[in-house]
Amino acid sequence: MTTAESLDRQDKLQGVGCSRKRKEDPRFIQGKGNYVDDIKLPGMLYGDFVRSPYAHARIKSINKEAALALPGVHAVLTADDLKPLNLHWMPTLAGDKQAVLADEKVCFQYQEVAMVIADDRYIAADATELVEVEYEELPPLVDPHKALLPDAPIIREDAAGADEVGQGQRTHPNHIFTWDVGDEAMTDRAFENADVVVSQEMLNQRVHPSPLETCGCVASFDKVRGELTLYLTSQAPHVVRTVVTMLSGIPESKVRVVSPDIGGGFGNKVGIYPGYVVSIVASIVLGRPVKWIEDRIENLSTTAFARDYHMIGELAATKDGKIKGLRVNVLADHGAFNAHAQPTKWPAGFFSICTGSYDIPTAYAKVKGVYTNKAPGGVAYRCSFRVTEAVYVVERMIDVLAHKLEMDPAELRMKNFIQPEQFPYHSALGWEYDSGDYPTALKKVMEAVDYAGLRKEQAEKKARGEIMGIGLCTFTEVVGAGPSKSCDILGVGMFDSAEIRVHPTGSVIARMGTITQGQGHQTTYAQIIATELGLSSEDIQIEEGDTSTAPYGLGTYGSRSTPVGGAATVMAARKIREKARKIAAHLMEVSENDLEWDVDRFRVAGNHEQFKTMKDIAWAAYNNVPEGMEMGLESVDYYDPPNFTYPFGAYLCVVDIDRFTGELKVRRFYALDDCGTRINPMIIEGQVHGGLNEAFAVATGQELPYDEQGNLLGNTFMDYFWPTMVETPVWELDYTVTPSPHHPMGAKGVAESPHVGGIPCISNAVNDAFMQFGASHVNMPHNAWRNWKAIHELGLDKQ
Amino acid sequence: MAKQHITFTLNGQAVEALVHPRELLIHVLREQLMQTGAHIGCETSHCGACTIDIDNESVKACTMLAVQADGADILSVEGLAANGELHAVQQAFVDEHGLQCGFCTPGMLLRAYRFLKENPTPTEEDIRWGMSGNLCRCTGYQNIIKAVQTASRTLQAE
Repeated sequence: MTTAESLDRQDKLQGVGCSRKRKEDPRFIQGKGNYVDDIKLPGMLYGDFVRSPYAHARIKSINKEAALALPGVHAVLTADDLKPLNLHWMPTLAGDKQAVLADEKVCFQYQEVAMVIADDRYIAADATELVEVEYEELPPLVDPHKALLPDAPIIREDAAGADEVGQGQRTHPNHIFTWDVGDEAMTDRAFENADVVVSQEMLNQRVHPSPLETCGCVASFDKVRGELTLYLTSQAPHVVRTVVTMLSGIPESKVRVVSPDIGGGFGNKVGIYPGYVVSIVASIVLGRPVKWIEDRIENLSTTAFARDYHMIGELAATKDGKIKGLRVNVLADHGAFNAHAQPTKWPAGFFSICTGSYDIPTAYAKVKGVYTNKAPGGVAYRCSFRVTEAVYVVERMIDVLAHKLEMDPAELRMKNFIQPEQFPYHSALGWEYDSGDYPTALKKVMEAVDYAGLRKEQAEKKARGEIMGIGLCTFTEVVGAGPSKSCDILGVGMFDSAEIRVHPTGSVIARMGTITQGQGHQTTYAQIIATELGLSSEDIQIEEGDTSTAPYGLGTYGSRSTPVGGAATVMAARKIREKARKIAAHLMEVSENDLEWDVDRFRVAGNHEQFKTMKDIAWAAYNNVPEGMEMGLESVDYYDPPNFTYPFGAYLCVVDIDRFTGELKVRRFYALDDCGTRINPMIIEGQVHGGLNEAFAVATGQELPYDEQGNLLGNTFMDYFWPTMVETPVWELDYTVTPSPHHPMGAKGVAESPHVGGIPCISNAVNDAFMQFGASHVNMPHNAWRNWKAIHELGLDKQ
Repeated sequence: MAKQHITFTLNGQAVEALVHPRELLIHVLREQLMQTGAHIGCETSHCGACTIDIDNESVKACTMLAVQADGADILSVEGLAANGELHAVQQAFVDEHGLQCGFCTPGMLLRAYRFLKENPTPTEEDIRWGMSGNLCRCTGYQNIIKAVQTASRTLQAE
């Protein structure tokens, strides 16, 4: 029985479901955050890289003398210095290796060639100018479509003869892997027998997550104790510690990795970069702390890019629009080293979620990865391990099919949705979707925006030659990697963890194996514990990121914190509650079975005046426990999830395009997200606003193109499109709640949904605008120049 | 070149520093004076994470030499709260969830502080243009705009 009084107590906890203000904010709004570059240690030196001006060249010689002669310079490290330690190459999360400092050749422009260590960053910058490197240019390979030609330049001579580079058989020195999934023969048959077949080539262009804080670290090796402390911008500090141990031979117990406050990660800060490795080596060699902070150009040019999937999508369907099969072929440009951040067994991430929200009986997907003379990466930028690409291809193909059938794209979606009663649903490519109600979500959006009215307006405008587009995206995400039987990072199962300790006076310290980069974990994990234990979230202190104190976890990426870390937090709290129940029964001298939980207390069933609050119990746990029970009140949980969570959304976008300039205006963007149980609606909304803004940026302007010589173009904020407040559209948000049945509190991840769903929504709107005039698919980014070209080809700019 | 002696007022306190002529003000604030609230997000003067208030103007401290600040009156995020009371813009950013990772926040706050003096009752459009020198990666701006509106109302009511 819930009374007004107990509801009042519940409100005071500021637990699950409440838009609680953030516990992080007080320090950030007063400039008291602690980010890596704020760290200052006694004797600390600064490292800065000498980088390659060429995309592909042999290194003939490196002359350090002038740099070393500069006052304030302590060392200049090159591959020769790392070789004796076997650290001139490092392993990647994809099973390949990456050059730490270029040895015999450079394979992409801006690649790390040498690191200068100096008293401060000004001297270090001067010294990098004094290092003379003599190169012999080699022909660069930038077009992935030419990578496997017989006469293509061989990028990776170190691996040219290897049968595999971590992901199966290769057919060419520039071939990394071919990965496929689904029933090819059955899919081919579906296409042979179909009434209608559509095929479309499309590109998810290379972009970059560009967090406002770049990557950096402070490495501090204490020679006396033999201990290494590494402060760094890492989304997975425990994994970094394990890797550092494996590479350095320093035992894990003597390596302390700390991710302090991080100024945004967005997938950019998952992997290990040469800067971290060389800083560690320099600190070990010099016995002093070494700081390395990259600048924006270096960040955009050399750290994990996103996308670069060249895709051909195909759909087979009946005349009336029932989809019978999906076939996708992908050419994946991975750059010079395969540093794809992935669970070990997933070289194309979770791209096989590409059947989307639709009941497609048969499907086949194939992804071929190739080397090019570009920076490594691929998985980053709210991609949920290639789900961005998967959702883009299926959502574009739905629109292409709708166009061919002359059917409304909303109607085609409705016709093919997996229905609510089909969950848990087994997809043709092997996923078991946990829960969903897609038709309700889409209907809600269509009613909210008056979809029929918009289509009518569009038709009227078309008659006048005005260009208006309506984009839909009804996506299904897959987040919360993942079950250890299929998911591991370098052999470590992808569980996560929580450790909760209740103090005698009822306040709490809790730590998790994840690490926030702005998503509000210090607030929302406290809300989960508050609800589970009946203690105020105000007094629950959450910490992450210090490998010496936090339990081992896999970190934060792939929107996995709520599904995995959140689940561990619930499970750990429930262990505490079960112990508390025993203590309460002991204190009140009743049977455990006579007790019921009421918000923040155990009360005796039928006698609500007799109760013990969690605070009473916490105190008792330290002085009066049942005989044989261990004192104290704390617990740990390592949670191996039984499945992923599958949040979904229905997005709609309206664009108007100026037919003389190609300038695009997002008139309206309506986003409905369903991530199951909502822990903190305010924080979810902020995640969605941010993700939609990225989607807007990617769809309408961002790209990292390389010219034929392998020069990276537009790798600063001079060109790389980051919307300001002026460009950014207004976001309208909505939600439904379809809990995850397997998650202990029914919550699903959500943070990447807006990016994943937003890009195809905007791109569909732009393509919808042009396709009504007879254009075929136009690739992103949909900037004014590209739009104008499409308009010009259609002759729409001729008054 | 020899170091130069400069003095200026920082958050109401007189400070002095010995700086190389080429040293950027942002580095002197962060590294010498340990005021690490203002941040660095780019090297092309676009992001505004380093925005501080100098002689009643919003300035990107990465685009000014420290020697140019000789004699100036500087306000940084560390000086925004007075007598333990948060400034209205700070409180508004918390109330409207106008920050996530917090990296752009000090620059945003200082710009909002100055902007609301320039235009105490801005329209949404005014805010979008008036704050357009500050990039944010996390928020999608919408809540920052709300925060500036809220701060404007608070300051009007005071």
